[in-house]
Amino acid sequence: MSSATTWTLIAACAVVTATIKGVGPVALGGRELPPWFAGIVAMMAPALFAALVVTQALADGRDWAVGADTAGVALAGLAAWRGASVIAVVAIAAGTTALLRAVS
Amino acid sequence: MSAGFRAGVRAGVPFALAAGLLAASFGVLARDVGMPGWAAIAMSAIVFAGSAQIAALTIIGAGGGLVSAIGAAALMNSRFLPMGIAIGPSLPGGAAARAAQGQTVVDASWALASDGQGGFDRHVLFGSTAIQYAFWVAGTVVGVVGGSALGDPRTYGLDAIYPAFFVALMIGEIRSGHALGVAAAGALIALVLIPIAPAGVPVLVASLASLLGLIGRGPA
Repeated sequence: MSSATTWTLIAACAVVTATIKGVGPVALGGRELPPWFAGIVAMMAPALFAALVVTQALADGRDWAVGADTAGVALAGLAAWRGASVIAVVAIAAGTTALLRAVS
Repeated sequence: MSAGFRAGVRAGVPFALAAGLLAASFGVLARDVGMPGWAAIAMSAIVFAGSAQIAALTIIGAGGGLVSAIGAAALMNSRFLPMGIAIGPSLPGGAAARAAQGQTVVDASWALASDGQGGFDRHVLFGSTAIQYAFWVAGTVVGVVGGSALGDPRTYGLDAIYPAFFVALMIGEIRSGHALGVAAAGALIALVLIPIAPAGVPVLVASLASLLGLIGRGPA
């Protein structure tokens, strides 16, 4: 990567990220929002995080893909469901994935 | 420092540790695609958006152009739009002040700051983001400096850390049958869109599953 490319990439990513993060909180103005809005907001986290799990664990680029990491994440999900700590969940995911790759 | 900020820092520690590992693998990726080490560290310090940084460098590494890389980063970050809309009413001040506070929104902090009823504690947000920022930058340094000794992060399953991170956040948010249904709908939307939409878009569209909050029992 040339120095110019590197700097352009960093600067553009910074501007794009700051713009997206800045627009959301301003979009609806500072007004009080009706109760139904809170209902949507409360359901935004489960929708977004479930989608992030799927796109990270079940895809490789634009293809659906099941691999060692999918198994690791599935086991981690089970552990999370049973009340495991975040550290344990992450360790189970990475450990299972690494183990499956080592033996396959 | 407020009690909320300290609580945010404490709650953010496990996510910060995971972010540090992820940042280390970002540092290795940056080195592999030929980005100078100092630039990778600067990118983490200035951009501070894991999935966007990784998406951009993956495209550069695959021989893609600068515009595609920046576009991929933008799409990856598009989920911060609904997150920002959600947290907006909980941030005080004028438009500029709210936009500035919105810069501190990252996935785990946004979730930790949420009260599950539509409101957010901004001090928890700030504290949790502060600790994650520190680990994100430090982890990048580790990846850049120790990258050659670490080898391929996939050997250690480090690529499973990011989805596991989101699994932990997701499970924490599923506090009712209604939330479980919304999560399932979001997952399904994303799964269907993976082959037909560029990365980032499936997650953005999946956020529409939250409209199911209008029906059913509303917030648990």
